[in-house]
Amino acid sequence: MSETQSTYNYKVVRQFAIMTVVWGIVGMLVGVIIAAQLVWPELNFGPWLTYGRLRPLHTNAVIFAFGGSALFATSYWVVQRTCHTRLFADGLAAFTFWGWQVVILLAAVSLPLGITTGKEYAELEWPIDILITLVWVAYALVFFGTIIKRKVSHIYVANWFYGGMILAVALLHLVNSAEVPVSLLKSYSAYAGVQDAMIQWWYGHNAVGFFLTAGFLGMMYYFVPKQAERPVYSYRLSVVHFWALIFTYMWAGPHHLHYTALPDWTQSIGMLFSLILLAPSWGGMINGIMTLSGAWHKLRDDPVLKFLITSLSFYGMSTFEGPMMSVKSVNALSHYTDWTVGHVHAGALGWVAMVSVGSLYYLIPRLFGTKQMYSVKLVTVHFWIATIGVVLYIASMWIAGVMQGLMWRAFNPDGTLTYSFVEAVKGSYPFWTIRLVGGVLFLAGMLIMFYNVLKTIGQSQGADERILAPAAHHA
Amino acid sequence: MDINDLRSIVTVLAFFSFVGIVWWAYGKGARKGFDEAANLPFADDDAEVINDHSRKELRKTS
Repeated sequence: MSETQSTYNYKVVRQFAIMTVVWGIVGMLVGVIIAAQLVWPELNFGPWLTYGRLRPLHTNAVIFAFGGSALFATSYWVVQRTCHTRLFADGLAAFTFWGWQVVILLAAVSLPLGITTGKEYAELEWPIDILITLVWVAYALVFFGTIIKRKVSHIYVANWFYGGMILAVALLHLVNSAEVPVSLLKSYSAYAGVQDAMIQWWYGHNAVGFFLTAGFLGMMYYFVPKQAERPVYSYRLSVVHFWALIFTYMWAGPHHLHYTALPDWTQSIGMLFSLILLAPSWGGMINGIMTLSGAWHKLRDDPVLKFLITSLSFYGMSTFEGPMMSVKSVNALSHYTDWTVGHVHAGALGWVAMVSVGSLYYLIPRLFGTKQMYSVKLVTVHFWIATIGVVLYIASMWIAGVMQGLMWRAFNPDGTLTYSFVEAVKGSYPFWTIRLVGGVLFLAGMLIMFYNVLKTIGQSQGADERILAPAAHHA
Repeated sequence: MDINDLRSIVTVLAFFSFVGIVWWAYGKGARKGFDEAANLPFADDDAEVINDHSRKELRKTS
């Protein structure tokens, strides 16, 4: 066998792993800037750097650039290691890396210029949508091609989650991005009215369900057992967890459209399925955390496990909060307030970012052939800064959100509004400031990580691990 | 038959296939396979690291 055939493809994993940290810093920096703009509106410069244009840049950068790179890096690692074979088609894998980076750069240019479809989390215009489709098809070929040429009979559960994510995101992107181009830079949605809204939030909620949940659960099912050095608590629960998410998530989208023109029965179905989702979500969380059963002491001095287990706690918290907020009477208070923003960040910072960071701290030393990170102490510092940052962020948004909701719906006995809108804005300022501090702390943690990663790479001897034949009973 | 009947049938079928999956996952038959699969991440624990140093050594010997 030639050398490339007998080793794993680490190159593409390294590229995506480093870009995860870089895009994390960029995306969170834009987040900090727009948080500062809410506190000091003077910071809105020109048309290009106003809140309205930077906000979609922030969401696209953290979800698709940071989160996407983390998914590519970890899925390429996990699928090779658990299938005992080199990645299928090196050239296509390289294309997914460079193609995805071009998508991100095009987003970074087009969004500040105001080029947008106006669909939340799907703002990129049609030529970029086509490039995303090509990259995604290549991703599916590489991933499923590797599964097909695996040297073991089973497909490990983490690969089911990654694979489910790849298929579902392809479906969501194709349906929601159906649009009619009128020029190179402008298109209109193929759907109209409430159908357009329903398809948008079918897409929007399943982007959360599959891109930000299923994919990152794939991470959880590999990196938590590896770091805890014991198999997942219950494999059969992980199978039920997977299929329960697949069968339920697709129905939950209408909870984004409570009290709108969407038919009432559709809203109720969305609410019902959101409540059902609590069961598989908590099943998965318990499965991940209980993997540590009998080895809880490891949590005391292993900062990587701290990241992974804390991320699962935030996963449990936000998947409890989500179903609760989908109840129509709760939604009447929470919708359009900062409570939603807090909920999203409990999931995005607490769950998605922390599970990715934990997985990267596991990966980086192995990718670069060092024993461990340059400084384990800095990993611990990162953990505490990030945790304090998330807690400040979500606590301030809870208070601001509930306050806004209560002020907006307060009536005087004669039927007039008790508060004008601007009074709720004024009341929110202190909490927006606390949120900014939380965001700055989380960003500071990422900068510490970047320094630590660069130092680790500096110690690198290079590492392309030889593919080990699976033990006989696996083959 | 109305298209809505078809939609209802698909939903009911989906529900029963999920019940079937739970039945299968918690049945006795799947147990051995699950145990093997659960240990897959550990089948590569002593993987041999090839770095620049050992690669040179390899070339010398081969």
